[in-house]
Amino acid sequence: MTALSEQKMDATEARLAAMTLPTSAPWLAEAREAALARVQAAGLPSRRDEYWKYTRPDTLVQAEALPAAVFETDEEPVFANVDRLKVVFVDGVFDADLSDPLEGEGFTIERLADVAAMDIHWAKDLYGTLETNGQDPVKRPLAALNTAYATDGVVIRVTGKVSRPVSLIYIHKSESSDAILHHVIKLEEGADLTLLENGPAAARLNKVLEVDIADNAGFHHVRAQGRDHERRAVTHIFARLGTESTFKSFTLTVNGQLTRNEAVIELTGDDAVAHVAGACLGDGDFLHDDTVFITHDAENCESRQVYKKVLRNGATGVFQGKILVKNRAQKTDGYQISQSLLLDDDSQFYAKPELEIYADDVACSHGSTSGAIDDEALFYLRSRGVPAPIATDLLTLAFLAEAVEEIEDEALAEEIVCRLEGWLTRRRKD
Amino acid sequence: MLEIKGLKVKLEEEDKQILKGVDLTVESGKVHAIMGPNGSGKSTLSYVLSGRDGYEVTGGEATLDGEDLLELEPEERAAAGLFLAFQYPVEIPGVGNMTFLRTAVNAQRKARGEDEISASDFLKLIREKAKTLKIDADMLKRPVNVGFSGGEKKRNEILQMAMLEPKMCILDETDSGLDVDAMKLVADGVNALRDEGRGFLVITHYQRLLDHIKPDVVHIMADGRIIKTGGPELALEVENNGYADILAEMA
Repeated sequence: MTALSEQKMDATEARLAAMTLPTSAPWLAEAREAALARVQAAGLPSRRDEYWKYTRPDTLVQAEALPAAVFETDEEPVFANVDRLKVVFVDGVFDADLSDPLEGEGFTIERLADVAAMDIHWAKDLYGTLETNGQDPVKRPLAALNTAYATDGVVIRVTGKVSRPVSLIYIHKSESSDAILHHVIKLEEGADLTLLENGPAAARLNKVLEVDIADNAGFHHVRAQGRDHERRAVTHIFARLGTESTFKSFTLTVNGQLTRNEAVIELTGDDAVAHVAGACLGDGDFLHDDTVFITHDAENCESRQVYKKVLRNGATGVFQGKILVKNRAQKTDGYQISQSLLLDDDSQFYAKPELEIYADDVACSHGSTSGAIDDEALFYLRSRGVPAPIATDLLTLAFLAEAVEEIEDEALAEEIVCRLEGWLTRRRKD
Repeated sequence: MLEIKGLKVKLEEEDKQILKGVDLTVESGKVHAIMGPNGSGKSTLSYVLSGRDGYEVTGGEATLDGEDLLELEPEERAAAGLFLAFQYPVEIPGVGNMTFLRTAVNAQRKARGEDEISASDFLKLIREKAKTLKIDADMLKRPVNVGFSGGEKKRNEILQMAMLEPKMCILDETDSGLDVDAMKLVADGVNALRDEGRGFLVITHYQRLLDHIKPDVVHIMADGRIIKTGGPELALEVENNGYADILAEMA
């Protein structure tokens, strides 16, 4: 390995010097120390790294989180009408009073901070494991940093088909909060879980979600990242899929100065299906980065990446998506689309789609486009009496539809559409 | 009543005069047809009246019941009662046909200071109108015009016309791309909408559409002007002899 640049070492040391490894039982302390070693070996990302070419990581790396004003709204939070198990974190700390009792049919759920004190726990085999696997071939030091220093999160083991979603709610109260959350989810054979996430979480959030999906199990994930304008976040999802298992994840992102969402997915059992999708709405001082890495390492698997971004007033969108098909992954069906709708000349979209294929019998397609509202369609709508701003919104929602359609549950999809409509309507009034 | 006086229009991008002084009046309750060779300015006239970008009006006026159309945005012209059935209806992926029509109906009602139509009344109305045009429930649910055949697209235009109940309908080559059966279906839809309070301007190349939608007045357009006006027999003359005779006669 090449030696790290001095600048990178200094930046990494400066960050680490400001942190202390949380006290944990030996099994977890071991995982934390190993993760810390990964951070030290790789160094934290800098703008010179190829993987961070379009997104400056400085504010995610620096020791002090920049403050972020708390966004006041009397709007009902997303998923409020969904029957769910509520698990609430305030500025990155679990809040038992605001949460439902941590129990339910078909699964166990515990707090990472509690599990950390136990002599031994099943999470030992998983905590940091998928993150470690995800460090090759591309280093993800901010995820390793998370594994080392995460102070809270949930540990869920699913044994059956869970009837109502587990809903992680992230409330942001302090303007200077700096949260590191790490969740571990293990789905046993044939199990099924829907996970919801919403809220801005903190001024700065570093979150890792590790999901291990056994044969025939299904994991559904719908996330709405909070509306705070100034928040910054880096999140990683690491998923491993067994035979005939399903992973479906959708993320809605509105506002936020900086968001980097990484999804690192490994299809290790035959006939598995992984879909990741995202809809993002950016206005003004906004950068949203979706970085996806899907590895096909089994036969006859399907993967889809569907990312749509609506950008205006100088907002920036980034997409880095890769499909890696290993030589034994015959009959792979891979699809990737990343598109941006630029509502003015100031906004920007950077896309880097990649395919790397070693098997000879696969079907992979990818596409990336950037464009404005279709004038023909706009005129057609207006000629029927639809005023231009409403017509523009209809076409904007239509543009996002392919991503939203990735949400299987109709009620959850409807929740997301309502959010999108709300955002557009508010912008219309501004 | 649609009144066009001395309308002159050029393309914005290139300095090319398309309409060179069009005079035309279509009274309520009447069907006027415009025929003419390719490039005579027929479609331009329909686009300019409906407010499409890319054209510059260099002279003349166009009013609907006294209201100056050329001053209005496209959606305002629609609310004022103007409707253009497109020659090439636009496909809009992601926008459901039903959502689109309900948005349009309610936007027009709102612009006219009327109450919005309730979801159930709308549903009842659209099902009834769709049935007569042989548009099935599936077509109503699909995205606007996406995957529709040529005939389905034109029927969908007529459905929109029926739902929006305009005062003045312009049909731009509605017969293009239609087989005989589809044309009859579309014509029946139009005829069902013929009413004392509604005028029609039917733009076509061919006489055959006019066999089904019987015009009161026929105009021949050439080189950006109306060069001849007459009764339905004028359309037959074109059908039999082509435009050459008329053009020569006028030259």
